[in-house]
Amino acid sequence: MRRSIRRSPIPILSAWLLLFLGAPLSLATAQEEPTSPPAFMTTQEAMTALHESPWPDKKLAAGYLLKNGDPALLPQFEELRSNTNRRVRRLIKPVINLLKNKAGLASPDKGTRRAAARDLGARGTPEALPVLKKALSNEKEHWVRYDLEEAIQLLNLENGDPQVKFMAIQQLGDMRSAAALPILQDLAKQQAGNLEQQTLKDEAEKASRLIQKWQDVTRGIEMLLQGLSLGSILLLMALGLAIVFGLMGVINMAHGEMMMIGAYATFVVQETFRMYLGEHLFDYYFFFALPCAFFVAAFIGWILEGTLIRFLYGRPLETLLATWGVGLVLIQTARLIFGDLTAVQAPSWLRGGAQVVVGVQLPYNRLFIILLALFSVAGIYLLLFRTGVGLRVRAVLQNRDMSACLGIPTRKLDAYTFAFGSGLAGLAGSALTLVGNVDPELGRNYIVDSFMVVVAGGVGKLAGTITAAFGIGTLNKLLEPGFGAVYGKVIILVLIILFLQVRPSGLFALKGRHLDS
Amino acid sequence: MNSPKDLIPETMNNKAENSLDLTPEKSRRQFFTDAGKTAAGFGIAALLGNLGNYALSYAAGKEPIKIGILHSLSGTMAISEVSLRDVVLMAVEEINAAGGVLGRMIEPVVVDPASNWDLFAEKAKQLLLVDKVSVVFGCWTSVSRKSVLPVFESNNGLLFYPVQYEGEECSRNVFYTGAAVNQQAVPAVEYLMSEEGGGYKKFYLLGTDYVYPRTTNKILRAMLLAKGVPASGIGEEYTPFHHQDYQTIVSKIRQFSRRGDAAVISTINGDSNVPFYKEFANQGLRSEDVPIMAFSVAEDELRSMDTTALVGHLTAWNYFQSIDSAGNKKFVSDFKSYCKKNGLPGGAQRVTDDPIEAAYFGVHVWKQAVEKAGGTDVDAVRKAVYGLEFDAPGGKKKMDAVNHHTHKPVLIGEIRKNGQFAIISHTDLVRPEPWSEYTNPEKGCDWVKHKGTYKKT
Amino acid sequence: MTPERSITSRLAAAASNVGAGPAFWIIGALLFAGVPLLNLLPDDSFFHVSDFTLNLLGKFFAFAILALGIDLIWGYTGVLSLGHGVFFGLGAYAMGMHLMLGIGTEGVYGNALPDFMVWNQVEELPWFWKPFYSLPFSLAAIVLVPMAAAAMFGYFVFRSRIRGVYFSIITQALALVAWLVFNRNETNLGGTNGLTNFKHIQGFSLNDPSTQLVMYMVTILFLGLAYVLCRWITQSRAGRVLIAIRDCEQRVFFSGYSPANYKLFVFVISAGLAGLAGALYVPQVGIITPNQIGVLPSIEMVIWVAVGGRGTLSGAIIGAAGVNFMRSTLTNHFPELWPFFLGGLFIAVVMFFPKGIVGLLRKMSVMLPSRKSKVENAATTD
Repeated sequence: MRRSIRRSPIPILSAWLLLFLGAPLSLATAQEEPTSPPAFMTTQEAMTALHESPWPDKKLAAGYLLKNGDPALLPQFEELRSNTNRRVRRLIKPVINLLKNKAGLASPDKGTRRAAARDLGARGTPEALPVLKKALSNEKEHWVRYDLEEAIQLLNLENGDPQVKFMAIQQLGDMRSAAALPILQDLAKQQAGNLEQQTLKDEAEKASRLIQKWQDVTRGIEMLLQGLSLGSILLLMALGLAIVFGLMGVINMAHGEMMMIGAYATFVVQETFRMYLGEHLFDYYFFFALPCAFFVAAFIGWILEGTLIRFLYGRPLETLLATWGVGLVLIQTARLIFGDLTAVQAPSWLRGGAQVVVGVQLPYNRLFIILLALFSVAGIYLLLFRTGVGLRVRAVLQNRDMSACLGIPTRKLDAYTFAFGSGLAGLAGSALTLVGNVDPELGRNYIVDSFMVVVAGGVGKLAGTITAAFGIGTLNKLLEPGFGAVYGKVIILVLIILFLQVRPSGLFALKGRHLDS
Repeated sequence: MNSPKDLIPETMNNKAENSLDLTPEKSRRQFFTDAGKTAAGFGIAALLGNLGNYALSYAAGKEPIKIGILHSLSGTMAISEVSLRDVVLMAVEEINAAGGVLGRMIEPVVVDPASNWDLFAEKAKQLLLVDKVSVVFGCWTSVSRKSVLPVFESNNGLLFYPVQYEGEECSRNVFYTGAAVNQQAVPAVEYLMSEEGGGYKKFYLLGTDYVYPRTTNKILRAMLLAKGVPASGIGEEYTPFHHQDYQTIVSKIRQFSRRGDAAVISTINGDSNVPFYKEFANQGLRSEDVPIMAFSVAEDELRSMDTTALVGHLTAWNYFQSIDSAGNKKFVSDFKSYCKKNGLPGGAQRVTDDPIEAAYFGVHVWKQAVEKAGGTDVDAVRKAVYGLEFDAPGGKKKMDAVNHHTHKPVLIGEIRKNGQFAIISHTDLVRPEPWSEYTNPEKGCDWVKHKGTYKKT
Repeated sequence: MTPERSITSRLAAAASNVGAGPAFWIIGALLFAGVPLLNLLPDDSFFHVSDFTLNLLGKFFAFAILALGIDLIWGYTGVLSLGHGVFFGLGAYAMGMHLMLGIGTEGVYGNALPDFMVWNQVEELPWFWKPFYSLPFSLAAIVLVPMAAAAMFGYFVFRSRIRGVYFSIITQALALVAWLVFNRNETNLGGTNGLTNFKHIQGFSLNDPSTQLVMYMVTILFLGLAYVLCRWITQSRAGRVLIAIRDCEQRVFFSGYSPANYKLFVFVISAGLAGLAGALYVPQVGIITPNQIGVLPSIEMVIWVAVGGRGTLSGAIIGAAGVNFMRSTLTNHFPELWPFFLGGLFIAVVMFFPKGIVGLLRKMSVMLPSRKSKVENAATTD
């Protein structure tokens, strides 16, 4: 094994110390004695020196480049790095680091700019300060400015001047900087020798208290958002089920596979866009994929209803088993067609996230899912309560025989309702591609959860399903940090079982006096 | 996904004269045999089955050498294991085309344990007892290996296991052609701690909840503590298989890494990787800030993933498809054309990776050993493997002289957009240590001077 | 509620015909003694049953015991449990824990603790493992632990009158919960790897063919006992109440019976049978993992019974052995067809032959003879 990989941490630490302290020192000498040996005129000269000159000059050259280097030199550095020895590699490491970040700060992508700023804040050297300040003066984006400011103050913390240090502490506290917390806590723990240090220590303590308090708040906000996000995923999955199970009394164990079909429909649309349309249109594929997923799943649902489920009305246990078999067949079909794992690439406008406040990030894909869930609920509401079809569906639900007598085509309505429920599952599957992967067993991961949501909410009541979905989602996120993902889920399932003891027909029970369920 | 049906020639009647065909021709014949034998308890079917068996065994001419292939072809592990079946069949084809082993052809028997650990034991028994194969190439997950281990040990079978694993095992009947922990995980973390790797000081050990991540992380924790990383600088967490919702965990990592000196060591397996990397990117964490070093993500998995969220993250393996050598280029193009020729899904788009390489050279190691031993007797072959040196696609490698593992180099790769790896660090051959020096310094593995695991004095 | 309402009496009567008297003893003797005798024949003999086959048969018949239990609760009482994998698992783990402790220091680590505890850094044997050193305790636990679990779960669920599909969904959630918990390594049950690498049972090496032969015979013995027990239950007065519950629970309720108590009773019995099956399964297969107790295997177990013919005890046995035999063969030769086959079974059994193989056979036999039974048959297929 090569030596570089097996090393104890002590030399590494000391190397770091050397870099932190040594680099400015070497610079200082260069400045104090401008006439002493080689003063570099151009960066190219310094590069050459790094290649050829003896060791002390190399050090000077690195110092010069640290100050005046240009990202354009990076390729040369990379080449040098791969051809040189360890000593030089270590010497040029901070230079490369700074140059890379310099390039990063100039990037048009704000994520890259932020990452560069954060990196400089975390392990930059004071040479980075002018770079950061310059970037700050040109920056318009709020959160990039925040990161730049934070990086500057973090570097200022290392400053020897107590005045600067004091200001930095205060600033970081005001900014609620999470990155500064460990350093400030260290500062607050230090022994204060004199009044000056005492002031610094007090200020650090104050600042870290501020930050910690803020972090408690953000943790709460974050949990709520995550609960909302998980809840809306659960809701999307359960909505179709609530319709099929709740309104028609059909247990569709292949519901998860309808989601899977929606996900694969999304995949196919994506591939079609990629193949036949240009890159510039690719980002819009998702708008096309959503209705596509809906209709493909609805169509398959319609076929399923016509060929299988219509023969099994009123026999829920048989339906359960038969649809489970259908699920198995669909899974294997998908596996034979698509293979085991397929990638859906989120459109670029759904990648990344929006920073809500300091320390809270809301990914766009989750935001989209929340909106989609709300949109679906609104759509179902309008369809059921504001259209003629909805009226008939509700009539059939209340009294099938009477509705039939009045001329409502109940058979047709059953088929439509089932297809609609399946379509909703397809929609959910399409949305799931944004957060997870697409594989034939996608639905299996969610089916039990979806049923739990519907049962806990109360069968046949949309309001119940919505409440249950968000309730379970939030509760899950509340439990997860403490208990871990698995036990969180276990606790919730057990709670649901216990809850059904108290209210066997769920949160929002249909009122009635029938003994039968 | 890949159907062995594709490999079965359409004609049944050519079997008598062409029993040397590498395709699992035998397995269709076996169908009757097994069907009959199992049904013996039920009665008449036994007659038919045994009749078929007798007829066929008399029809066969010169006896080929049977080998078993025990990889899941359906179920959750199929995504990874099917490629190993393919490459083993390819190696067999190569060997047969070059005249076989000791003048005898190799006849593979392919079975499907269907990602079901209990079925692994059953199929292993079947390969050893019913098909009487000389050697088995198979298994991916540690649990499948653990479930067939007693079968191999009690029947003195021989298993070549091609996947990196957690170590702490030293079986007489298994050759491990994948990496031990000291050939992958430990050097990878050492790399991250080194200045070249970024000098990271805090590590978040995140894995799927099973034996490989648990044991690997146990060793890593011991190593990190020994190297002066405080316990507060180590995070550890496990998620179940197929876990999808990584919101909370990524939030935790964000908290953990706020100082910018933390890295994630991921032993997440299978389909959980996609949601994890996606969530990681979407919460604003980047490989520049917090790199993820993964031990279970290779080219074959990346083939079917959206790599956007993964670019720049790291992995550690002993082989990458991007290794620039003549031998490797030939291997890669051979594999692609093999897949294309046989109409396997993916065709020429298929890629090679570490376990594929290990599965491939495992067959060649066995062949060399059989030739050295002059027969397929398990004990003779076992001794012939010790110290064997050979040219693998990724370069020269060597079987250890005593401990059943393989000497391999350690490579660190950076994920690129095209699903390949840029190799950023490369070592010489590293000696495998099934018992980690950090957790079991007193133990060693030696089948020459000792009987397997022994206490060092 | 259930479609079989009209055929109740016929099925009940049929149950008394099947397996009664000579058929039971003949088939029983053949399985118990005949097959092992075939095993003793020389290897190259025409009728030789190999150790491997015998082992496989042992596994199938262990499953058959489980299927009998499911048949009791589903076929006879009409309660569809999708969580029987849990009870099977509890029995199997109880047996597995006993065998695991029997390994002693022969494991990979040479430690008295089970191997997985060593790599999980557990220093001391957890309290709930300790009693499993004792064989009598383990044997009792095999049946009593699943029964106790079923009693607790069933008490709550049946009391609150959760039934029909709700019961099925909740038992499915139970299977998911159990699967999640058993997979967890902190619970000290071996995590995903489960329990494996057993060496002895009461001093006899498990790898010895003769031990496996005995295990097979023990399995057949217990299968016979389980059959007799189930027959006894279904033929008794209580059995009639069970069938009545299946056909119309409300009427039973209004007749002054408490369906909840009957259901609880039969649920507990069937859990005990499932546990027994698990315990017989473990030494023959050599491994038990959470994979065997999750949602998927639990629902597969139901289909064994459905294929064989629910509501008939012989059907449960035929179904369990038959489906598993198909599984073993098909996965050898046509792996990607197996899910199609299994899925097709689910659909076909519901749509085309709801009475399973036994029903089909009976239909065929009914076709031939007297006119009276033909009429009866026509009435029931409606």
